[in-house]
Amino acid sequence: MDTFTIAGKTFSSRLIVGTGKYSSPAVMVQAHEASGAEMITVAVRRVNLDRTKESLLDYIDTSKYFLLPNTAGCYTADEAVRTARLGREVGLSNWVKLEVIGDEKTLFPDNEALLEATRVLVREGFVVLPYTNDDPVVCRKLEEAGAAAVMPLGAPIGSGLGIQNTNNIRIIREFARVPVIVDAGVGTASDAALAMELGADGVLMNTAIAGAQEPIAMAEAMKLAVRAGRLAYLSGRIPRKMYANASSPVEGLVGR
Amino acid sequence: MIKLNGDPYEVAGPLTVAELLARLDIDSRRVAVEHNLAILKRDTLDRTTIADGDEIEIVNFVGGG
Repeated sequence: MDTFTIAGKTFSSRLIVGTGKYSSPAVMVQAHEASGAEMITVAVRRVNLDRTKESLLDYIDTSKYFLLPNTAGCYTADEAVRTARLGREVGLSNWVKLEVIGDEKTLFPDNEALLEATRVLVREGFVVLPYTNDDPVVCRKLEEAGAAAVMPLGAPIGSGLGIQNTNNIRIIREFARVPVIVDAGVGTASDAALAMELGADGVLMNTAIAGAQEPIAMAEAMKLAVRAGRLAYLSGRIPRKMYANASSPVEGLVGR
Repeated sequence: MIKLNGDPYEVAGPLTVAELLARLDIDSRRVAVEHNLAILKRDTLDRTTIADGDEIEIVNFVGGG
C-alpha cells in the first residue's frame, strides 16, 4: 500500500481538497466523496451572527475526514499565528495550513513572515504545513524551522495555470526530507498528474474542483490523476530522446 | 456595551461567555472564542465573565482552500 505520512499521521490518499467556492454544500459533500481525499482544508472566520444555525461542520463527517484549518487571508505573522491558535481551538487539532500572504493580486506568500510564523507555531507544538513559493531555499529554511511538510505553489492560488516551474518542484523534492505537497495552481487533471510525476508526495487543490462545471466528476478525475501520476513516478519513466526508436522488430518484415 | 466580532453589541448586566453563546444560539463545540485577545479554552466559557467594554471574537470554520 502506497501511503504517505505527515508528522506521524498516515494517509492513503495523496489528494487534499478544499471546502471553498462550492455552489452548494450537497455538491461539496459529493465532490469530497468522489475525490477520495482524507484531509480537507477549512478557513477560520468570524461567525455570521445573523445565520448562526448554518455551519460548515454540518456537512463534514469529521470521523471520516481530517480537517486542516488554514490561515488564508492573513498578511502578517501575528495575524496568521492568531488565526492558527483560533483554528486549533475550534477543531481541537494542532495541524495548520500556514498562509502568510505578501501580495493581494498574486496571493504570493511573504517568505520572511511565513518563516517567522512557522517558528512561533512549531514552538507552540503545532504541526505546520506552510504554503510557500516554489523556492527550494525557502522550502529548506521552512523545513529547518520545523515545518512538518512544505507546500510549494504550482501557480497562483485559483489561477488554474498548472505547474509553472516544474524544475523547481523537482529540486524541492530532491532537497526536502519532509513531504512535499504541491498546493495551488492546479487547473485540470493533467496538472495534478504532472505534480505527482515530478515526485510530489501530494497535491492540494480547491478551485480546480469547486470551480469546474461538473465538480463531482472533476473530483474523480483528480483522484485518478493523482494516483496515475504517483504510479508513473514510482515506475520510472523512460528517458527523453530526440529521435524515434521503433517499438516493433525491424527483422522479418514481409517482402524484404 | 461590548464589541462583538468588531461591532458594538448591547449586553444587559454581567454575563458569562457561555451565556452569550446561548443567547446567540451558537453551539460552543463549533466555535473558538477570544476574550480581549486571549483565546478561551472551551471548559472556561462558563467561568469567564464579560464586562462592559470587553472585546469578544467568535470564529468558526467556513469553506476555504
